[in-house]
Amino acid sequence: MLNIKNLQVGLEEEEKQILKGVDLNIGEGEVHAIMGPNGSGKSTTSYVLAGKDGYEVTGGSATLNGEELLDMEPEERAAAGLFLAFQYPVEIPGVGNMTFLRTAVNAQRKARGEEELSAGEFLKEVRAKAKSLKIDADMLKRPVNVGFSGGEKKRNEILQMAMLEPKMCVLDETDSGLDVDAMKLVAEGVNALRDGKRSFLVITHYQRLLDHIKPDVVHIMADGKIVKTGGPELALEVENNGYADILAEVA
Amino acid sequence: MTDMIAKDGVEEETVEAVKSLSGEYKYGFSTDVEMEYAPLGLTEDIVRLISEKNEEPEWMLEWRLQAFERWKQMEEPDWAMVDYPKIDFQDIYYYARPASMAEEKPKSLDDVDPKLLETYAKLGIPLKEQALLAGVEAPEGERKVAVDAVFDSVSVGTTFQDELKKAGVIFMSISEALKEHPDLVKKYIGTVVPQSDNFYATLNSAVFSDGSFVYIPEGVKCPMELSTYFRINAENTGQFERTLIIAEKGSYVSYLEGCTAPQRDVAQLHAAVVELVIQEDAEIKYSTVQNWFPGDAEGKGGIYNFVTKRADCRGDRAKVMWTQVETGSAVTWKYPSCILRGDDSQGEFYSIAIANNFQQADTGTKMIHLGKNTKSRIVSKGISAGKAQNTYRGLVSMHPKAANARNYTQCDSLLIGDKCGAHTVPYIEVKNNTARVEHEATTSKVDDDQLFYCRSRGMDEEEAVALVVNGFCKEVLQALPMEFAMEAQALVAISLEGSVG
Ligand SMILES: Nc1ncnc2c1ncn2[C@@H]1O[C@H](COP(=O)(O)OP(=O)(O)O)[C@@H](O)[C@H]1O
Ligand SMILES: [Mg+2]
Repeated sequence: MLNIKNLQVGLEEEEKQILKGVDLNIGEGEVHAIMGPNGSGKSTTSYVLAGKDGYEVTGGSATLNGEELLDMEPEERAAAGLFLAFQYPVEIPGVGNMTFLRTAVNAQRKARGEEELSAGEFLKEVRAKAKSLKIDADMLKRPVNVGFSGGEKKRNEILQMAMLEPKMCVLDETDSGLDVDAMKLVAEGVNALRDGKRSFLVITHYQRLLDHIKPDVVHIMADGKIVKTGGPELALEVENNGYADILAEVA
Repeated sequence: MTDMIAKDGVEEETVEAVKSLSGEYKYGFSTDVEMEYAPLGLTEDIVRLISEKNEEPEWMLEWRLQAFERWKQMEEPDWAMVDYPKIDFQDIYYYARPASMAEEKPKSLDDVDPKLLETYAKLGIPLKEQALLAGVEAPEGERKVAVDAVFDSVSVGTTFQDELKKAGVIFMSISEALKEHPDLVKKYIGTVVPQSDNFYATLNSAVFSDGSFVYIPEGVKCPMELSTYFRINAENTGQFERTLIIAEKGSYVSYLEGCTAPQRDVAQLHAAVVELVIQEDAEIKYSTVQNWFPGDAEGKGGIYNFVTKRADCRGDRAKVMWTQVETGSAVTWKYPSCILRGDDSQGEFYSIAIANNFQQADTGTKMIHLGKNTKSRIVSKGISAGKAQNTYRGLVSMHPKAANARNYTQCDSLLIGDKCGAHTVPYIEVKNNTARVEHEATTSKVDDDQLFYCRSRGMDEEEAVALVVNGFCKEVLQALPMEFAMEAQALVAISLEGSVG
């Protein structure tokens, strides 16, 4: 599904290398987690995959089902099946959440040469999916993320993911700032999308989210590189001993 | 819930409309009909000729001539933040009409030259008596819109006349009104915008050729939306229309104005006057979607739009609401104003002004508070892209007798790119210490993070800009009647095409 090879990334504006050769292979239907200390390059990895400006790829590649993502515009990556749930979802004043969703869904359908969803079909689908994430009609009506609580923003990201039905989902610290109940709700939303084909890359600082979204593979990132890869037990190790031991071990 | 669908429905159309339209000015075609012109330039004879063509009463001619004498002594104003080559007023045609509209005017729309009808069909203006924009989900059932179509200097026809007559509403071209209701016209014309008001208004008073006239009798709620559609077709011809709307006690009307012009590389002049008279407990909603040709991407051609619009709330509790979406014109000079004379009268001004490429817009409003407890609200959204300059100029004046008067002004500017400019020029005069004026202004840039967020969800850059800008304009778009809101949203998107990337 997603194959990242020796990805090296710096900043466009200043001389600073952030990713120093990231390798990552995620197969169909797999759930991988990336953990790592703050500033290790986790968000940068997700932004570069999604095509955010301001970064300069100095080497390596990232392919989605064999197609080079790094050559595509952000919207082409989305249409190809990549989805990023943002660590800090952006507010768009004046634009209704529902309008935003429908515009996005139809833009992707169009790009893929599919028929647009009719207003009726769309509405039915949104309502059903919103309900399971405990997103009420009012939240669908409000402007995108404006005045949403932290939990509401994250649930809204998952709703977008559910509506867009991507092949490869990248979740950047979707658990940060959530209480236990909100985190469970989000995890349930993600688990509902696991169908054996869709793949996930869950970026998190803490192990607790991984109690709810069970990963197949866990990677530890430090200083712009994947320094260790293992099974779910690796996450527990981090939980119990922190990052220091692992970092010392690989140093 | 239903409410949500309706509003959402409006926005959803935007992106679809954008996609379906090309990136170029869509109304730039011209109609090939035989035209009749007055001789080039402006003299007393031309003024007489226009009056004669319209078969006007003698007093009207006298009034025009008086204006013309005055105009000759006046200087073109230069205080606005717009810059354009000096206009040679002797190098303009002041009257042009399709030959088919001469002498024997068509009795009904069925007799109008099919080429003219075709023009309006192409522009999407329904002259057949049917609901505007069939297929629009209208919350209050079917909605009808009566249209007065003005082609260059003359009105081509007005729809739904019979139905309106039954309600007692008069809606016709002003040239017809001068024949059928001369006393009404005489009583009100020039009482809101006097002949002497300003250079362009004085010019208009001398040479206006047509326009719309609306009279809503006491207690009548106009049974449908009224609209006038202005089309400049002839080359090198000025359009000088005059609109007069009178809302008697306790009446209500919603009026829409739309404008387009062919794409030509020589600039053309448009100098209109709009006068609204609002009596006790009456209300007028006046909406404009102005989409004159803005000139090409190099700044050649386009319409110079110098317009004087004013509403006089004469009675107590009279209300007026101006809503404008200004996307076109090379140069816009326009300040729809409210004179709040009656006690407890209210004026509102909602504006979206978009300037792209080399467009220049200097627009705003004047709220003149004369009566007690008068209220006004100004919401202005200026969007600049390319090398355009956008100025908001607003006056709020609280007179000594305007006890407890209130004004709230919100003035937001949005910049796309770094070669354009936005300017805010508020003038505030308060001569009553119980009056309150609030002013808020913001300037922001289209945020890269917002665009990236939209794009990461699959929208292309132009869709993303259109969505974000429409969000920025939301409050104003919501003030428009449904049918116009959709058109306006699509226009917002179209006029910004090519502004990113
Ligand atoms: N746009 C940027 N400008 C400056 N520094 C950046 C930018 N993006 C990331 N960085 C730096 O790159 C490093 C990695 O950041 P990030 O990817 O956000 O880490 P993580 O998500 O693992 O906490 C940090 O040192 C951060 O300060
Ligand atoms: Mg991060």
